[in-house]
Amino acid sequence: MEGLVSLAVKAIFVENLALSFFLGMCTFIAVSKKISTAIGLGISVMIVQTITVPANNLILNYLLAPGALAWAGFPDVDLTFLGLISYIGVIAALVQILEMVLDKYFPPLYNALGVFLPLITVNCAILGGSLFMVERAYDFPEALTYGASSGFGWALAITAMAGVREKLKYSDIPDGLQGLGVTFISAGLMALAFMSFSGVNL
Amino acid sequence: MAQTRKSQLVDPLIDNNPITLQVLGICSALAVTSSLSVAFVMALAVTMVTGFSSLFISMLRNQIPSSIRIIVQMVIIASLVILVDQVLKAYAYEISKTLSVFVGLIITNCIVMGRAEAFAMSNPPVASFIDGVGNGLGYGLILMVVGFIRELFGAGSLFGITIFETVNNGGWYVPNGMLLLPPSAFFIIGLLIWAIRSWKPKQVEEREFKIQTVEAH
Repeated sequence: MEGLVSLAVKAIFVENLALSFFLGMCTFIAVSKKISTAIGLGISVMIVQTITVPANNLILNYLLAPGALAWAGFPDVDLTFLGLISYIGVIAALVQILEMVLDKYFPPLYNALGVFLPLITVNCAILGGSLFMVERAYDFPEALTYGASSGFGWALAITAMAGVREKLKYSDIPDGLQGLGVTFISAGLMALAFMSFSGVNL
Repeated sequence: MAQTRKSQLVDPLIDNNPITLQVLGICSALAVTSSLSVAFVMALAVTMVTGFSSLFISMLRNQIPSSIRIIVQMVIIASLVILVDQVLKAYAYEISKTLSVFVGLIITNCIVMGRAEAFAMSNPPVASFIDGVGNGLGYGLILMVVGFIRELFGAGSLFGITIFETVNNGGWYVPNGMLLLPPSAFFIIGLLIWAIRSWKPKQVEEREFKIQTVEAH
Protein backbone atom coordinates (compact mmCIF):
# COMPACT_ATOMS: atom_id res chain seq x y z
CA MET A 1 0.00 0.00 0.00
CA GLU A 2 2.77 2.44 0.93
CA GLY A 3 4.46 1.49 -2.29
CA LEU A 4 1.39 2.50 -4.24
CA VAL A 5 1.04 5.83 -2.44
CA SER A 6 4.65 6.74 -3.10
CA LEU A 7 4.24 5.63 -6.72
CA ALA A 8 1.24 7.94 -7.03
CA VAL A 9 3.01 10.94 -5.51
CA LYS A 10 6.01 10.30 -7.72
CA ALA A 11 3.86 10.09 -10.85
CA ILE A 12 1.97 13.28 -10.04
CA PHE A 13 4.80 15.57 -8.97
CA VAL A 14 8.31 14.24 -9.46
CA GLU A 15 7.84 12.50 -12.79
CA ASN A 16 5.05 14.67 -14.11
CA LEU A 17 4.29 13.45 -17.63
CA ALA A 18 3.90 16.93 -19.08
CA LEU A 19 6.66 18.81 -17.33
CA SER A 20 9.46 16.33 -16.88
CA PHE A 21 8.90 13.97 -19.81
CA PHE A 22 7.24 16.49 -22.15
CA LEU A 23 4.50 14.07 -23.10
CA GLY A 24 1.32 15.45 -24.59
CA MET A 25 3.10 18.72 -25.29
CA CYS A 26 1.28 19.41 -28.55
CA THR A 27 -2.12 19.47 -26.89
CA PHE A 28 -0.57 21.00 -23.78
CA ILE A 29 0.49 24.04 -25.81
CA ALA A 30 -2.51 24.12 -28.15
CA VAL A 31 -5.40 23.73 -25.70
CA SER A 32 -4.12 25.71 -22.72
CA LYS A 33 -5.53 29.09 -23.68
CA LYS A 34 -8.54 28.96 -21.35
CA ILE A 35 -8.83 27.41 -17.90
CA SER A 36 -12.26 25.85 -18.56
CA THR A 37 -11.21 23.96 -21.70
CA ALA A 38 -7.95 22.97 -20.03
CA ILE A 39 -9.86 21.42 -17.13
CA GLY A 40 -12.13 19.55 -19.56
CA LEU A 41 -9.20 18.12 -21.46
CA GLY A 42 -7.36 17.34 -18.23
CA ILE A 43 -10.29 15.33 -16.89
CA SER A 44 -10.65 13.42 -20.17
CA VAL A 45 -6.96 12.54 -20.17
CA MET A 46 -7.23 11.36 -16.58
CA ILE A 47 -10.21 9.10 -17.36
CA VAL A 48 -8.68 7.65 -20.50
CA GLN A 49 -5.32 7.13 -18.82
CA THR A 50 -6.92 5.34 -15.85
CA ILE A 51 -8.60 2.90 -18.24
CA THR A 52 -5.92 2.36 -20.87
CA VAL A 53 -2.82 1.78 -18.72
CA PRO A 54 -4.34 -1.16 -16.77
CA ALA A 55 -5.97 -2.49 -19.97
CA ASN A 56 -2.64 -2.50 -21.76
CA ASN A 57 -1.09 -4.10 -18.69
CA LEU A 58 -3.52 -7.02 -19.04
CA ILE A 59 -2.85 -7.27 -22.78
CA LEU A 60 0.88 -7.36 -22.14
CA ASN A 61 0.74 -9.96 -19.39
CA TYR A 62 -1.82 -12.30 -20.94
CA LEU A 63 -1.13 -11.98 -24.66
CA LEU A 64 2.20 -10.46 -25.56
CA ALA A 65 4.89 -11.16 -22.97
CA PRO A 66 7.20 -14.16 -23.53
CA GLY A 67 5.33 -17.23 -22.34
CA ALA A 68 2.11 -15.30 -21.77
CA LEU A 69 0.22 -17.43 -24.27
CA ALA A 70 0.89 -20.58 -22.20
CA TRP A 71 -2.83 -20.73 -21.33
CA ALA A 72 -3.62 -21.13 -25.04
CA GLY A 73 -1.03 -23.85 -25.53
CA PHE A 74 1.81 -21.71 -26.96
CA PRO A 75 4.35 -21.45 -24.12
CA ASP A 76 7.24 -20.44 -26.40
CA VAL A 77 5.63 -17.59 -28.29
CA ASP A 78 6.99 -14.07 -27.72
CA LEU A 79 4.85 -11.35 -29.26
CA THR A 80 6.39 -8.31 -27.60
CA PHE A 81 7.37 -6.86 -30.97
CA LEU A 82 3.66 -6.33 -31.63
CA GLY A 83 3.48 -4.17 -28.50
CA LEU A 84 3.36 -0.72 -30.06
CA ILE A 85 0.63 -1.53 -32.56
CA SER A 86 -1.51 -3.30 -29.95
CA TYR A 87 -1.25 -0.47 -27.42
CA ILE A 88 -2.23 2.19 -29.91
CA GLY A 89 -5.05 -0.04 -31.15
CA VAL A 90 -6.32 -0.52 -27.62
CA ILE A 91 -6.14 3.21 -26.97
CA ALA A 92 -7.98 4.12 -30.17
CA ALA A 93 -10.66 1.50 -29.53
CA LEU A 94 -11.14 2.44 -25.87
CA VAL A 95 -11.43 6.12 -26.67
CA GLN A 96 -14.05 5.33 -29.28
CA ILE A 97 -16.01 3.11 -26.85
CA LEU A 98 -15.75 5.70 -24.11
CA GLU A 99 -17.11 8.31 -26.50
CA MET A 100 -20.10 6.12 -27.38
CA VAL A 101 -20.82 5.18 -23.75
CA LEU A 102 -20.68 8.81 -22.66
CA ASP A 103 -22.92 9.81 -25.54
CA LYS A 104 -25.52 7.18 -24.63
CA TYR A 105 -25.57 7.26 -20.83
CA PHE A 106 -24.06 10.58 -19.73
CA PRO A 107 -25.04 13.19 -22.33
CA PRO A 108 -24.09 16.24 -20.21
CA LEU A 109 -20.61 14.82 -19.67
CA TYR A 110 -20.40 14.00 -23.36
CA ASN A 111 -21.27 17.54 -24.29
CA ALA A 112 -18.57 18.86 -22.00
CA LEU A 113 -15.79 16.43 -22.94
CA GLY A 114 -16.86 15.11 -26.36
CA VAL A 115 -14.71 17.39 -28.47
CA PHE A 116 -11.56 16.42 -26.59
CA LEU A 117 -11.90 12.67 -26.85
CA PRO A 118 -10.74 12.23 -30.49
CA LEU A 119 -7.76 14.47 -29.69
CA ILE A 120 -6.71 12.12 -26.95
CA THR A 121 -5.96 9.16 -29.24
CA VAL A 122 -2.96 11.01 -30.59
CA ASN A 123 -1.94 12.49 -27.26
CA CYS A 124 1.53 11.17 -26.48
CA ALA A 125 0.81 11.22 -22.75
CA ILE A 126 -1.61 8.32 -23.14
CA LEU A 127 0.67 6.10 -25.21
CA GLY A 128 3.63 7.27 -23.12
CA GLY A 129 1.91 6.15 -19.92
CA SER A 130 1.41 2.67 -21.35
CA LEU A 131 4.99 2.49 -22.60
CA PHE A 132 6.39 3.55 -19.24
CA MET A 133 4.21 0.89 -17.63
CA VAL A 134 5.80 -1.71 -19.92
CA GLU A 135 9.34 -0.42 -19.46
CA ARG A 136 9.11 -0.37 -15.66
CA ALA A 137 7.28 -3.73 -15.51
CA TYR A 138 4.42 -2.61 -13.27
CA ASP A 139 1.97 -5.25 -12.04
CA PHE A 140 -1.79 -4.69 -12.26
CA PRO A 141 -2.42 -2.62 -9.07
CA GLU A 142 0.66 -0.53 -9.82
CA ALA A 143 -0.51 0.03 -13.39
CA LEU A 144 -3.91 1.19 -12.13
CA THR A 145 -2.32 3.61 -9.66
CA TYR A 146 0.18 4.84 -12.19
CA GLY A 147 -2.51 5.44 -14.83
CA ALA A 148 -4.74 7.43 -12.52
CA SER A 149 -2.00 9.49 -10.90
CA SER A 150 -0.04 10.28 -14.04
CA GLY A 151 -3.29 11.42 -15.69
CA PHE A 152 -3.99 13.60 -12.66
CA GLY A 153 -0.50 15.08 -12.84
CA TRP A 154 -1.00 15.95 -16.50
CA ALA A 155 -4.38 17.55 -15.73
CA LEU A 156 -2.79 19.57 -12.94
CA ALA A 157 -0.03 20.81 -15.22
CA ILE A 158 -2.30 21.89 -18.07
CA THR A 159 -4.70 23.66 -15.70
CA ALA A 160 -1.85 25.58 -14.10
CA MET A 161 -0.47 26.43 -17.53
CA ALA A 162 -3.86 27.75 -18.67
CA GLY A 163 -4.04 29.90 -15.56
CA VAL A 164 -0.66 31.41 -16.35
CA ARG A 165 -1.58 32.00 -19.99
CA GLU A 166 -4.88 33.70 -19.15
CA LYS A 167 -2.94 36.34 -17.25
CA LEU A 168 -0.11 36.41 -19.73
CA LYS A 169 -2.17 37.66 -22.64
CA TYR A 170 -2.53 41.07 -21.02
CA SER A 171 1.20 41.61 -20.76
CA ASP A 172 3.49 43.51 -23.08
CA ILE A 173 5.69 40.91 -24.77
CA PRO A 174 8.23 41.53 -27.56
CA ASP A 175 6.71 40.81 -30.97
CA GLY A 176 8.75 37.75 -31.85
CA LEU A 177 8.15 36.15 -28.48
CA GLN A 178 4.40 36.74 -28.60
CA GLY A 179 2.25 33.60 -28.43
CA LEU A 180 4.19 30.39 -28.86
CA GLY A 181 7.58 31.65 -27.69
CA VAL A 182 6.48 32.99 -24.37
CA THR A 183 4.35 29.90 -23.79
CA PHE A 184 7.44 27.76 -24.08
CA ILE A 185 9.39 29.92 -21.70
CA SER A 186 6.66 29.93 -19.08
CA ALA A 187 6.30 26.16 -19.45
CA GLY A 188 10.05 25.96 -18.82
CA LEU A 189 9.70 28.01 -15.64
CA MET A 190 6.87 25.73 -14.50
CA ALA A 191 9.01 22.68 -15.21
CA LEU A 192 11.78 24.20 -13.09
CA ALA A 193 9.29 24.71 -10.27
CA PHE A 194 8.11 21.11 -10.53
CA MET A 195 11.73 19.95 -10.34
CA SER A 196 11.86 21.15 -6.76
CA PHE A 197 9.66 18.14 -5.93
CA SER A 198 12.40 15.81 -7.05
CA GLY A 199 13.96 15.77 -3.60
CA VAL A 200 10.72 14.49 -2.07
CA ASN A 201 11.08 10.91 -0.92
CA LEU A 202 8.24 8.92 0.53
CA MET B 1 7.87 21.06 -61.26
CA ALA B 2 11.45 20.74 -60.14
CA GLN B 3 11.19 24.11 -58.49
CA THR B 4 8.11 23.15 -56.48
CA ARG B 5 9.69 19.87 -55.44
CA LYS B 6 12.67 21.76 -54.13
CA SER B 7 10.54 24.27 -52.29
CA GLN B 8 8.53 21.41 -50.81
CA LEU B 9 11.72 20.05 -49.38
CA VAL B 10 13.19 23.34 -48.23
CA ASP B 11 10.11 25.21 -47.00
CA PRO B 12 9.60 23.19 -43.82
CA LEU B 13 13.16 23.92 -42.73
CA ILE B 14 12.61 27.53 -41.67
CA ASP B 15 9.63 29.12 -43.39
CA ASN B 16 7.11 26.53 -42.36
CA ASN B 17 8.95 24.64 -39.68
CA PRO B 18 6.84 21.94 -38.03
CA ILE B 19 8.03 22.77 -34.53
CA THR B 20 8.33 26.53 -34.43
CA LEU B 21 5.38 27.41 -36.64
CA GLN B 22 3.01 24.48 -37.01
CA VAL B 23 3.45 23.47 -33.33
CA LEU B 24 3.67 19.78 -34.19
CA GLY B 25 5.75 17.09 -32.58
CA ILE B 26 7.07 19.06 -29.66
CA CYS B 27 6.99 16.22 -27.14
CA SER B 28 9.94 14.30 -28.38
CA ALA B 29 11.77 17.42 -29.52
CA LEU B 30 12.26 18.41 -25.92
CA ALA B 31 12.96 15.08 -24.37
CA VAL B 32 15.64 13.58 -26.56
CA THR B 33 17.88 16.58 -27.07
CA SER B 34 20.21 16.36 -24.09
CA SER B 35 22.94 14.91 -26.29
CA LEU B 36 23.64 15.41 -29.95
CA SER B 37 24.03 11.77 -31.00
CA VAL B 38 20.66 10.83 -29.54
CA ALA B 39 19.04 13.85 -31.21
CA PHE B 40 20.63 12.81 -34.50
CA VAL B 41 19.28 9.26 -34.32
CA MET B 42 15.85 10.55 -33.37
CA ALA B 43 15.85 13.03 -36.26
CA LEU B 44 16.80 10.27 -38.65
CA ALA B 45 14.11 7.95 -37.32
CA VAL B 46 11.40 10.59 -37.55
CA THR B 47 12.43 11.59 -41.08
CA MET B 48 12.25 7.97 -42.20
CA VAL B 49 8.84 7.47 -40.63
CA THR B 50 7.30 10.71 -41.95
CA GLY B 51 8.70 10.13 -45.42
CA PHE B 52 7.56 6.55 -45.81
CA SER B 53 4.24 6.91 -43.99
CA SER B 54 3.37 9.82 -46.31
CA LEU B 55 4.41 7.69 -49.28
CA PHE B 56 2.34 4.66 -48.32
CA ILE B 57 -0.69 6.62 -47.17
CA SER B 58 -0.63 8.61 -50.37
CA MET B 59 -0.41 5.40 -52.42
CA LEU B 60 -3.46 4.04 -50.61
CA ARG B 61 -5.34 7.33 -50.42
CA ASN B 62 -7.98 6.39 -53.00
CA GLN B 63 -8.66 3.07 -51.32
CA ILE B 64 -9.04 4.27 -47.75
CA PRO B 65 -12.66 4.95 -46.74
CA SER B 66 -12.70 8.32 -45.01
CA SER B 67 -14.62 7.06 -41.97
CA ILE B 68 -11.81 4.77 -40.86
CA ARG B 69 -8.86 6.69 -42.27
CA ILE B 70 -7.40 7.59 -38.89
CA ILE B 71 -7.18 3.92 -37.89
CA VAL B 72 -5.64 2.97 -41.25
CA GLN B 73 -3.07 5.78 -40.99
CA MET B 74 -2.33 4.72 -37.43
CA VAL B 75 -1.71 1.11 -38.48
CA ILE B 76 0.66 2.16 -41.28
CA ILE B 77 2.56 4.52 -39.00
CA ALA B 78 2.71 2.00 -36.15
CA SER B 79 4.11 -0.70 -38.46
CA LEU B 80 6.83 1.66 -39.67
CA VAL B 81 7.69 2.64 -36.12
CA ILE B 82 7.95 -1.01 -35.08
CA LEU B 83 10.37 -1.48 -37.97
CA VAL B 84 12.49 1.48 -36.84
CA ASP B 85 12.36 0.28 -33.25
CA GLN B 86 13.55 -3.22 -34.16
CA VAL B 87 16.36 -1.87 -36.36
CA LEU B 88 17.55 0.43 -33.57
CA LYS B 89 17.45 -2.39 -31.03
CA ALA B 90 19.53 -4.54 -33.36
CA TYR B 91 22.18 -2.05 -34.48
CA ALA B 92 22.25 0.77 -31.91
CA TYR B 93 21.19 -0.85 -28.66
CA GLU B 94 22.75 1.76 -26.35
CA ILE B 95 21.01 4.63 -28.11
CA SER B 96 17.72 2.79 -28.23
CA LYS B 97 17.99 2.39 -24.44
CA THR B 98 18.49 6.16 -24.02
CA LEU B 99 15.59 6.94 -26.31
CA SER B 100 13.48 4.48 -24.28
CA VAL B 101 9.80 5.17 -24.90
CA PHE B 102 10.36 8.00 -27.34
CA VAL B 103 10.84 5.74 -30.33
CA GLY B 104 7.41 4.27 -29.68
CA LEU B 105 6.04 7.74 -29.26
CA ILE B 106 6.86 8.59 -32.88
CA ILE B 107 3.48 6.95 -33.53
CA THR B 108 1.67 9.73 -31.73
CA ASN B 109 4.08 12.38 -32.94
CA CYS B 110 1.73 14.91 -34.46
CA ILE B 111 4.11 15.62 -37.37
CA VAL B 112 3.53 12.19 -38.85
CA MET B 113 -0.24 12.27 -38.43
CA GLY B 114 -0.44 15.93 -39.32
CA ARG B 115 1.39 15.54 -42.64
CA ALA B 116 -0.52 12.36 -43.46
CA GLU B 117 -3.82 14.11 -42.88
CA ALA B 118 -2.97 17.50 -44.35
CA PHE B 119 -0.85 16.54 -47.34
CA ALA B 120 -0.59 12.85 -48.16
CA MET B 121 -4.34 12.23 -48.28
CA SER B 122 -4.73 14.63 -51.20
CA ASN B 123 -1.46 14.46 -53.13
CA PRO B 124 0.36 11.92 -55.32
CA PRO B 125 2.95 9.59 -53.74
CA VAL B 126 6.21 11.23 -54.84
CA ALA B 127 5.17 14.72 -53.75
CA SER B 128 3.94 13.31 -50.44
CA PHE B 129 7.21 11.49 -49.88
CA ILE B 130 9.19 14.70 -50.46
CA ASP B 131 6.84 16.64 -48.22
CA GLY B 132 7.23 14.01 -45.50
CA VAL B 133 11.01 14.02 -45.75
CA GLY B 134 11.08 17.83 -45.77
CA ASN B 135 9.02 18.05 -42.61
CA GLY B 136 11.10 15.35 -40.97
CA LEU B 137 14.21 17.36 -41.81
CA GLY B 138 12.69 20.57 -40.46
CA TYR B 139 11.98 18.74 -37.23
CA GLY B 140 15.46 17.24 -37.26
CA LEU B 141 17.04 20.66 -37.77
CA ILE B 142 15.47 22.07 -34.62
CA LEU B 143 16.38 18.89 -32.75
CA MET B 144 20.00 19.16 -33.82
CA VAL B 145 20.24 22.86 -32.94
CA VAL B 146 18.78 22.28 -29.48
CA GLY B 147 20.92 19.18 -28.99
CA PHE B 148 24.03 21.08 -30.09
CA ILE B 149 23.44 23.90 -27.59
CA ARG B 150 22.54 21.56 -24.76
CA GLU B 151 25.45 19.19 -25.17
CA LEU B 152 28.09 21.81 -25.94
CA PHE B 153 27.27 24.11 -23.03
CA GLY B 154 25.88 21.48 -20.66
CA ALA B 155 28.62 18.89 -20.93
CA GLY B 156 31.34 20.60 -22.98
CA SER B 157 31.27 17.98 -25.70
CA LEU B 158 29.74 17.21 -29.10
CA PHE B 159 28.78 13.67 -30.14
CA GLY B 160 30.49 12.60 -26.91
CA ILE B 161 33.84 14.11 -28.02
CA THR B 162 35.18 16.71 -25.62
CA ILE B 163 35.33 20.23 -27.06
CA PHE B 164 35.63 22.27 -23.88
CA GLU B 165 37.73 20.52 -21.23
CA THR B 166 35.54 20.64 -18.10
CA VAL B 167 36.81 21.66 -14.69
CA ASN B 168 36.22 18.16 -13.31
CA ASN B 169 38.73 16.80 -15.80
CA GLY B 170 41.28 19.50 -15.05
CA GLY B 171 40.17 21.87 -17.84
CA TRP B 172 38.83 25.41 -17.72
CA TYR B 173 35.16 25.07 -18.66
CA VAL B 174 32.53 25.09 -15.91
CA PRO B 175 29.58 23.26 -17.47
CA ASN B 176 26.13 24.75 -17.09
CA GLY B 177 24.36 21.79 -15.50
CA MET B 178 20.92 23.29 -16.02
CA LEU B 179 21.21 22.70 -19.75
CA LEU B 180 21.17 18.96 -19.15
CA LEU B 181 17.91 19.20 -17.21
CA PRO B 182 14.54 19.04 -19.00
CA PRO B 183 13.38 22.67 -18.47
CA SER B 184 16.28 24.11 -20.42
CA ALA B 185 14.85 22.62 -23.63
CA PHE B 186 11.77 24.80 -23.19
CA PHE B 187 13.90 27.92 -22.84
CA ILE B 188 16.06 27.09 -25.84
CA ILE B 189 13.09 26.40 -28.11
CA GLY B 190 11.32 29.53 -26.83
CA LEU B 191 14.36 31.66 -27.62
CA LEU B 192 14.82 29.90 -30.96
CA ILE B 193 11.26 30.80 -31.89
CA TRP B 194 11.98 34.39 -30.91
CA ALA B 195 15.10 34.40 -33.10
CA ILE B 196 13.31 32.90 -36.12
CA ARG B 197 10.39 35.28 -35.80
CA SER B 198 12.61 38.32 -35.52
CA TRP B 199 14.28 37.15 -38.72
CA LYS B 200 10.98 36.36 -40.45
CA PRO B 201 8.48 38.86 -39.02
CA LYS B 202 5.70 37.29 -41.10
CA GLN B 203 5.43 34.48 -38.55
CA VAL B 204 4.66 36.79 -35.62
CA GLU B 205 1.29 36.05 -34.03
CA GLU B 206 -1.46 38.65 -33.72
CA ARG B 207 -1.83 40.17 -30.30
CA GLU B 208 -5.11 39.57 -28.51
CA PHE B 209 -4.77 42.81 -26.61
CA LYS B 210 -2.84 45.89 -27.60
CA ILE B 211 -1.10 48.20 -25.21
CA GLN B 212 -2.97 51.47 -25.27
CA THR B 213 -0.89 54.34 -26.52
CA VAL B 214 -1.56 57.79 -25.17
CA GLU B 215 -1.90 60.30 -27.94
CA ALA B 216 -1.05 63.94 -27.43
CA HIS B 217 -3.93 66.24 -28.27
